[in-house]
Amino acid sequence: MSVTTIDNAATTVAPAPVGRFGMVDLIRSEWTKLRTVRSTMWTLGVTIIVGIGISALATAETAAHWSARSAPIDPTQLSLVGTFFCQLVIGVLGVLVMSGEYGTGTIRATFAAAPRRPLVLFAKVVVFGAIVLVISEVVAFISFLLGQALLTSPAPHASFSTPGALTAVAGTGLYLCVIGLFALALATLIRHTAGAISTFVFLLFFVPLIEEGLPAFMQNAINRYMPLTIGNRIVHATNGGAPFTFSPWVGLGILCAYTLALSLVGGCLLARRDA
Amino acid sequence: MIEAQQLTKRYGDKLAVDELGFTVRPGVVTGFLGPNGSGKSTTMRMVMGLDAPNAGDVTVNGQHYHDLAWPLREVGALLEARAIHPGRSARAHLRMLAEANRIPLRRVEEVLELVGLASVARQRAGKFSLGMSQRLGIAAALLGDPGVLLFDEPVNGLDPDGIRWVRNLLKGLAAEGRTVFVSSHLMSEMALTADEVVIIGRGRLIAQVPVAELLAQSSQRYVRVRSPELDKLRAALDEHGALTAPDEHGALTAPEDGALNVRGMDEVAIGDLAASIPVTLHELAPQSASLEEAFMELTEESVEYRGALQGSPQGADR
Repeated sequence: MSVTTIDNAATTVAPAPVGRFGMVDLIRSEWTKLRTVRSTMWTLGVTIIVGIGISALATAETAAHWSARSAPIDPTQLSLVGTFFCQLVIGVLGVLVMSGEYGTGTIRATFAAAPRRPLVLFAKVVVFGAIVLVISEVVAFISFLLGQALLTSPAPHASFSTPGALTAVAGTGLYLCVIGLFALALATLIRHTAGAISTFVFLLFFVPLIEEGLPAFMQNAINRYMPLTIGNRIVHATNGGAPFTFSPWVGLGILCAYTLALSLVGGCLLARRDA
Repeated sequence: MIEAQQLTKRYGDKLAVDELGFTVRPGVVTGFLGPNGSGKSTTMRMVMGLDAPNAGDVTVNGQHYHDLAWPLREVGALLEARAIHPGRSARAHLRMLAEANRIPLRRVEEVLELVGLASVARQRAGKFSLGMSQRLGIAAALLGDPGVLLFDEPVNGLDPDGIRWVRNLLKGLAAEGRTVFVSSHLMSEMALTADEVVIIGRGRLIAQVPVAELLAQSSQRYVRVRSPELDKLRAALDEHGALTAPDEHGALTAPEDGALNVRGMDEVAIGDLAASIPVTLHELAPQSASLEEAFMELTEESVEYRGALQGSPQGADR
């Protein structure tokens, strides 16, 4: 470990490339960050197991006890029921992608390497969004196929040719991805893991409960804008007669708008705040 | 080259850095000295573009940090040793930094080797000792082979071997023509490492001087004189404007066993004066204050929490 080794070492850093660091470099860096923390990889594994496992249990249970007097079910929704729990896990992961860097101080190393901070947020959105989209779609499609296979006669079952089923399955994967990015944007604003997770859980699960205390006409106006309501509509193959909901694609659009707005505010604050 | 002008930063009501200006030149080790809480870390974070100044300006090689094309290839920094995800390995931490600035991945192995962490590169950084974390932070600073390097209290937590290693590393980097800016609250450490020091207190610049000059200029340079006719000598010295009265500094008090500490007149002048009276001298010894004493004297006015912070953990100033 003598100082002279620096001389030799110095020659191996190739001269700086033309231009400047950009999205490609930051996407590589973010991908390395994501995959080199073991807890992240475990959590993604748990997402898959929980999502598919609960859906399989629910469908198998329903099929085993099915009788002519059973209440009617939406087999598509039933086979996607496990994804309800996935949104919590994915939300927590989305928070950690950003708040984990603040909590450990890594954010200062990150911003020293990439002082154009909104680009860092953008790279995180691309990398985390892509991973979560793939995993969510895998969970949704496997849950659906496995669930429909388990829903044996006489229980009703669905297929991709069932009206609305394919939209529900593909839409569920998209919904989970956007929920993850929503949580990531929240953490960009809040920066503290506990605070961001609490806010996420509050917005997603508790605001709808508070809203139930409102008069019916207000509920009917507000409820359809709740992320949970949007998600609940997406996992159903049909509207089921619920009058005050948006169609799956409109609902996804609204959720994307929330996420985009939060991300833009987060990106601006990121650039202005001290790290 | 790092240049700061009128750099000012407040946190709420507290003025952390106050119109600070200094220049850090390439080719020498520049120490950044000040008591804990005097604004050293804040200043370094502003150099790195992590904190935005409320007023003033700081540039690296003439550019704002934000505008650097490949920041890690131009500036390397060790700001806090523990700023690493505990679940990530040393290699992965360096790899993600290298990728962000398109630095070849073989350079990661080189710097791991250089700081002596190659054998534990796969271990999770959370299990590292403070000394190992410090080495990993140094590896990250060297990753892009930058021409400008900042180290915030780099010897914290290192054993004597490690301290010597960092000292030689800093000197070696400067000898290669790099700009090396290293903070410390220990004057004694800087005396061994730095060629020049920027001294701050309460966020304000107190002095930017070469270490040798700081020693020479120090008002604590004095001459110890012993004589059987001390009163006669003292009267003559007073007449010639030398300071002989004991003052609040320990070094100048205690004219015990007929000795006198004289400031403001060197040993040659005192000897000549004694011979002209004439007065017998038993001792005529120039004393050089330690750099630590010089530092204490310079920062005396600006130590913020004197006494109150005694015995508190050091190096955690923000």
